[in-house]
Amino acid sequence: MAFPFSAIVGQNEMMNALIIAAIEPKLSGVLIFGDRGTGKSTAVRALAALLPDMAAVTGCIYACDPGDSSSLCETCRANQLKGHLLTHRVAVPVVDLPLGATEDRVIGALNLERALADGTKVFEPGLLARAHRGFLYIDEVNLLEDHIVDVLLDVAASGENVVEREGMSLRHPARFVLIGSGNPEEGELRPQLLDRFGLCVEVRTPTDIPTRVEVVRRRDAYDRDPAAFCETWRPADMALRDKIVLAKAKLSAITVPDAILEQAAKICLALGTDGLRGELTLLRAARALAAYEQADAVKLEHLRAMTAPALRHRLRRDPLDDSLASTRVERAVAEVFAA
Amino acid sequence: MSPFDPDWAHGPEPSGSLYEDAVWVAALLAIDPVGLGGISIRSWSGPVRDLYLANLKKLYPAAAAFKKMPLHIGDDRMLGGLDLPATLAAGRPVLSKGLIAECDGGILLLAMAERLSAETAARVCAVMDTQIDAQQRPVAFAVIALDEGCDADEAIPAALQERLAFTLAATGLPGDVAWPSAEVIETARQSLPSVQAGDEPLGQICALCEMLGIGSMRAALFALRAARAAAALLGKPAIDNADINLACRLVLAPRATQMPTMPDDAQPEDQTAAEQQASPEQSEPHTEREEPLQDRVADAEKTVLPPALLAALAAGTGPKRLARGAGKSGDKVSLLRGRPRGTRRGDLRGGARLSVLDTLRAAAPWQALRQRDTTGRKLIIRSEDFRIKIYKEAAETVAIFVVDASGSAAVNRLAEAKGAVQLLLAQCYVRRNQVALLAFRGRAAECLLPPTSALARAKRALAALPGGGPTPLATGIQAGRQLAEAEKRKGRAPFLVMLTDGGANIGRDGKAGRAAAAEDALAAAKLCRAAQISAVVVDTSPRRQAFVARLADAMGARYAPLPYADPARLTRIVEQQGGWRASSAA
Repeated sequence: MAFPFSAIVGQNEMMNALIIAAIEPKLSGVLIFGDRGTGKSTAVRALAALLPDMAAVTGCIYACDPGDSSSLCETCRANQLKGHLLTHRVAVPVVDLPLGATEDRVIGALNLERALADGTKVFEPGLLARAHRGFLYIDEVNLLEDHIVDVLLDVAASGENVVEREGMSLRHPARFVLIGSGNPEEGELRPQLLDRFGLCVEVRTPTDIPTRVEVVRRRDAYDRDPAAFCETWRPADMALRDKIVLAKAKLSAITVPDAILEQAAKICLALGTDGLRGELTLLRAARALAAYEQADAVKLEHLRAMTAPALRHRLRRDPLDDSLASTRVERAVAEVFAA
Repeated sequence: MSPFDPDWAHGPEPSGSLYEDAVWVAALLAIDPVGLGGISIRSWSGPVRDLYLANLKKLYPAAAAFKKMPLHIGDDRMLGGLDLPATLAAGRPVLSKGLIAECDGGILLLAMAERLSAETAARVCAVMDTQIDAQQRPVAFAVIALDEGCDADEAIPAALQERLAFTLAATGLPGDVAWPSAEVIETARQSLPSVQAGDEPLGQICALCEMLGIGSMRAALFALRAARAAAALLGKPAIDNADINLACRLVLAPRATQMPTMPDDAQPEDQTAAEQQASPEQSEPHTEREEPLQDRVADAEKTVLPPALLAALAAGTGPKRLARGAGKSGDKVSLLRGRPRGTRRGDLRGGARLSVLDTLRAAAPWQALRQRDTTGRKLIIRSEDFRIKIYKEAAETVAIFVVDASGSAAVNRLAEAKGAVQLLLAQCYVRRNQVALLAFRGRAAECLLPPTSALARAKRALAALPGGGPTPLATGIQAGRQLAEAEKRKGRAPFLVMLTDGGANIGRDGKAGRAAAAEDALAAAKLCRAAQISAVVVDTSPRRQAFVARLADAMGARYAPLPYADPARLTRIVEQQGGWRASSAA
């Protein structure tokens, strides 16, 4: 039983970013930078437990989405042409990608057992397949080996895992929300990987004593009796779940006024972010926030709230310059939005 | 009462004096093994440690597992999985239980934990966090990490250390002292859930964390759990101050990153020394004191170095290399990861991956023969047919900067040398190398930054580097070589970047004298060459020094004089390349 999401204390920016990423999977992920012991892993696992079950094709190893025929795997597509797909409900997966995972485990490999026992060529899905439609969580993402990063970059960009190894040639959908956490003091992240994360938040240990006491108190209560603790927080979690479900349904109906588009372009220009992905991400995040707050259109305050998480990791930066990107973003926000 | 009670720092409280600290640690862990995670014991093997572990084992039920995990353990054995040879022999899937799962209800001993790779540690930590093993079964265990490191840079992986409540040093291990009995522990274990903790102890613990500069919330939780276990052991219905003091002494003190800001210095000297050793990486920027910088880094524009010097060096084309040890230093063969490179015969230990096609190909010619002995099976594969895949893995490169910060160098061009290092650091960023920074002056060499890929830290360390004093060149070279060899042992490819003006005047024995110092430096350089460490020597003196060139030759290193650049002319060049300046000035 995971720690209830609503019971997490402080860390509002991280929690909001996770909620926004859950509402809008196209943001393709959240990067959480911060020290150890600030509740990063707890929040990710709690979020998955919070989300409602999703419909999936029965018997499909990739848990294909029956509502989206464009993303079906080959088997499901063939079955769909033949007739009706059976569905059932499954929990949103959260898959851990551990440091040092082999390519076989990540991409998937030939099922040895079947190959040797009865000589059939069967694909054994890897972590990418299991994370389809869910979350792929990488703790200490900045320590991830380069060859695994290569695999991730390609799959995260295309939403499809192409396997060409061990005499197998197949492709399957792999769309997931990438969640990475790490401590920037321990290593740099490749810019290409940084770019894959839609949002980036920085978490810090709360410094005021009452908040810290509350963190420890709640965690302790949870450890002593998880069932009772989760029961206490269930109403809050359910309310939040409903809000997320509503926001997801509303997302496509949210309009973006031209003035907002202009402001987004202005702030990206002022910060000198590379490419158009910054603007796109910023708008998507602002729209998701508007949906979450049940607004009909994106307002300036939504844009403003999402500027730092959407852009702070996209600034062109000197590797040796350790002045905080957040400060630069704040300054730019104040200048652009004041004008 | 004050949240910070100096009593805990002075000595044991009434309840704390019941047992030695190390015994307390073992007892508390036995009472709440999962909640407290475990102990890291920094001590070499010996009778004292063996006695301690033997006594610790007696606190657990006789049937509890107590398993040692060797460094070379493979994933299949650690986490469990398909036992391929047994599967083939039996003709049906045979699953093996992993070592971690076998430790359920007991202790996982990590031998030589300081050599544990971050990946292996990450796997152990993942199981500790979720308490669910790779087969999705619940598993509960505590970890004892035997840290046999001797240098400060040899330490157990930070992620693992963070999840262990206690740290013990060799000096803390007791001899023949009183231990609680297993019955007492069992009783305490039963009463643990009913021990109450009020808000006041919680507030005290959190305030202490804040004062000692402990950021992680895990520390506070560990302290609370330790206090609760201590209260349970003493049969108390609720946590009292003595338990808090004990818990803070055992859990928080070793994690402290700063001295508590107290009117009187309540903390003993030796404690801070231990703290600094325990947490070298925790010297965060915000805890750094604002010292006036004794020297300033020259603007990177002031120096010019041949571009891509590091690139050439790392690829092995730059420096003179000995004929031995052919092959690109950056690559090594791996059974686990990297780019595929073919197959070879071998068995499946240590996570090696079977190449199915090649195995079948190897087995094919023998089928007719084998079918005569055994009938009824389509395909007979024996373990000698196994072909495993091999991969080529790019080894991580570590650039070790050894900077001469002596008086002569400072007068000459320390600021520019620093600028040069900055330029090289930027190249390292592009190449994704790790960097380390050593400086030598006075009578010693100092490691300012252990190998890291966080270049901003390297820049800070460099900026804070003061200059002055005589030149212990031999000591500097020796320190560089030692660090390079340590990195080699970790499987990385090190190379040295040495910046000096060659004005050696302190010998290896610490005595002054130019001739002896120069001899010592050349001898130390020859050792570098013998150890086959790639190097480049940058001459920072105003004019080219023949001695520096000789030194480079003795090291088998490339010699690169730092050209004297006219700042005005350079500025013009830089202005023409405006973008570059903007980014470096940002």
